[in-house]
Amino acid sequence: MSTAMHKENEAGSPQVHGHHDTGGHDEQEPHGSFKGYMTGFILSVVLTAIPFWLVMGDVLPSKQATVLIIMALAFVQILVHMIYFLHMNTSSEGGWNMLALIFTAVLVVITLSGSLWVMYHMNENMMPMDAHEMRQAP
Amino acid sequence: MTIEPTERSPLMQAIFGRLSWDVIPFHEPILLATFVGAALLGVFVLVQITRAKAWGWLWRDWFCTIDHKKIGVMYMVLGIVMLIRGFADAIMMRLHQALAFGDSMGYLPPHHYDQIFTAHGVIMIFFVAMPFVTGLMNYVVPLQIGARDVAFPFLNNFSFWMTAAGAALVMVSLFVGEFSTTGWLAYPPLSGIAYSPGVGVDYYIWSLQIAGVGTLLSGVNLLATIIKMRAPGMTLMKMPIFTWTALCTNVLIVAAFPVLTGVLGLLSLDRYVGTHFFTNDFGGNAMMYVNLIWIWGHPEVYILILPLFGVFSEVVSTFSGKRLFGYASMVYATVVITILSYLVWLHHFFTMGSGASVNSFFGITTMIISIPTGAKMFNWLFTMYRGRIRFEVPMLWTMGFMFTFVIGGMTGVLLAVPPADFVLHNSLFLIAHFHNVIIGGVIFGVFAGINYWFPKVAGFKLDDFWGRVSFWFWQIGFLFAFMPLYVLGLMGVTRRVSHFEDMSLQPFFVVAAFGAVLIGFGILAFLIQLYVSFKRREALRDDSGDPWGGRTLEWSTSSPPPAYNFAFTPRVHELDSWHDMKARGYERPRDGYVDIHMPSNTSAGIILAGISAVLGFALIWHIWWLAGLSFVALIGTAIGHTFNYDRDFHIHANEVTDIEDTRTRQLSALRS
Repeated sequence: MSTAMHKENEAGSPQVHGHHDTGGHDEQEPHGSFKGYMTGFILSVVLTAIPFWLVMGDVLPSKQATVLIIMALAFVQILVHMIYFLHMNTSSEGGWNMLALIFTAVLVVITLSGSLWVMYHMNENMMPMDAHEMRQAP
Repeated sequence: MTIEPTERSPLMQAIFGRLSWDVIPFHEPILLATFVGAALLGVFVLVQITRAKAWGWLWRDWFCTIDHKKIGVMYMVLGIVMLIRGFADAIMMRLHQALAFGDSMGYLPPHHYDQIFTAHGVIMIFFVAMPFVTGLMNYVVPLQIGARDVAFPFLNNFSFWMTAAGAALVMVSLFVGEFSTTGWLAYPPLSGIAYSPGVGVDYYIWSLQIAGVGTLLSGVNLLATIIKMRAPGMTLMKMPIFTWTALCTNVLIVAAFPVLTGVLGLLSLDRYVGTHFFTNDFGGNAMMYVNLIWIWGHPEVYILILPLFGVFSEVVSTFSGKRLFGYASMVYATVVITILSYLVWLHHFFTMGSGASVNSFFGITTMIISIPTGAKMFNWLFTMYRGRIRFEVPMLWTMGFMFTFVIGGMTGVLLAVPPADFVLHNSLFLIAHFHNVIIGGVIFGVFAGINYWFPKVAGFKLDDFWGRVSFWFWQIGFLFAFMPLYVLGLMGVTRRVSHFEDMSLQPFFVVAAFGAVLIGFGILAFLIQLYVSFKRREALRDDSGDPWGGRTLEWSTSSPPPAYNFAFTPRVHELDSWHDMKARGYERPRDGYVDIHMPSNTSAGIILAGISAVLGFALIWHIWWLAGLSFVALIGTAIGHTFNYDRDFHIHANEVTDIEDTRTRQLSALRS
């Protein structure tokens, strides 16, 4: 990602700064090869096809298991995209990419788990209801 | 001012959507008078510009500029204009509430009153505080880190115009149709199509979506600028503290604003295509909206306040003549606040029904935030301790902030206790609290920043007397306007009420209205300060470029700085690098100038933002053909801009030499 963007910047929109950060603006970073892109492409296709098959073919008896497997595969899919398409690793851009990733991951975890916790806790102070009352409720 | 469904032909419906003559508020005398006044003022300004033959200059040198300094100034102008609009709403509310007791119904119909409090909140947060904060960061950050511009200069211009387009849509809602009546966060189900069928919520959604694009892109831009474009030697822990707070703010912007875009997107799907994300039936849950919007909303208040903490730090250290006490702890406190701001959002809806474990978790995290903030407060106090303090106007605002903000912080901790919050939720106590921190923190900080950096922008200082007048009116007016609201809130008066039966409450509202009038004088004094300073600019002139004995790199340039900021990129060895350079007897380079590569101005930003405003207007009024057309035009113009290869030019070395020689002569004239 980074190198492609830099090249574009040098050709197209001018960067007005005449100096660079200590963390390598100039150093060439791995751009990704045909093999890398193909590996990423095939892995993405496989990781998309499996959930599709699980849902359409009604393969597993439990719906919950299907959902969990799909979410796990989606997570792997994210990793595949980051490694093969975004060329992220622990040292690219002087470690800034990794730092940004960790920060984003922390925020996403806080947001998702917090929202789930909050939303599933919402009925805590409701009056207890039995099944009959529930049906009568407007 | 409800919009009556009128009988009209399908053709008219297709051409004009919901738009018709009925939506122009001719029957509302207040709005009509405002419209006539605004139109006269607008015509006057346009005539003046035309008579001064300033259109070409305005268009070329300002509207199309991609110089971060000019864009910063335009953000500040937008903020000032919208501050006046937002304050007009505030004073109308205060006057109405002071009158509407017992038999008197006040002078505003309830529907109009609801629009005013909504518009006041939306405008003050999105179109006053945000432009001010972004404007300060835009102007100062590249200068402080020794850069020639931001990382993406064109994007910067585009971001500004998107923000301005959002503001323009809110202003249009005053005279064409109506604004939202839902309060500034538009909670469903009230903001859903069933309860708000008019255009008000749509104005709200599209103005925020358009302005949100600008905010997000400027966040990306400044983030890249700070990370990639610092002068050599400026490691993270040698960065000026304002740049540090700007860095954290832009991290928050990039992380939080997509949530706002997403949640408003879901709300518009509910309103436009009949989905049920936030409805009460068909599986929707309105509380999810509240949850999501505060996941953006709480970081947002730190987006607003953090840069101003940076301003106060710069001001305190400059006017105390000392380096900032506890620089490292200030940085850590800022970073800790950045992360903690994501862990407290539920304190905005303790009363929504979660149990004790959820509420106590979020109550405790909220109280924890006061620790880094308190650390900052002590750092400022210790910076002043044994300092050689000069009570110039920026310092006055800073001390006013320290006094006011501590009160606001303490009432905030009170509200963080869930049982107390059950009593105070949605009361005027809450209103007093957040005005306490936003006026006392953000607005005071913006005025401190304006008074501090104005000489850098204009080459002359702001008038001292009118600055002091403005400060004291604001400070005293604030106390009069909001201390009564604390009392009323504790007595159980809720917010957004347009009529009261209990006559014993009226004196408090009259005092609050008096306070609002004082704040009005404060704003007026600020405008007079600008005018008087301009008239007295020769007497207030500062040629040194460093009128306050500054400590950071922006004071090493001339005032105003040349278009390229720095002829040579400065080399940084110490924190407070300009102070360090002065102490080491820094000499300006006299020769060896080279061509400077600069980006060219372009009109693409203002054109794209203009088309976006038309797109928003068409979506609001359901004029589908115009929406489609402007959407295609938007994409087309954006693609067209990528074929514009005339993007850069060089300032020739001779020209640089001329500018720098003039500057050298100016400085030696000062010394002799």
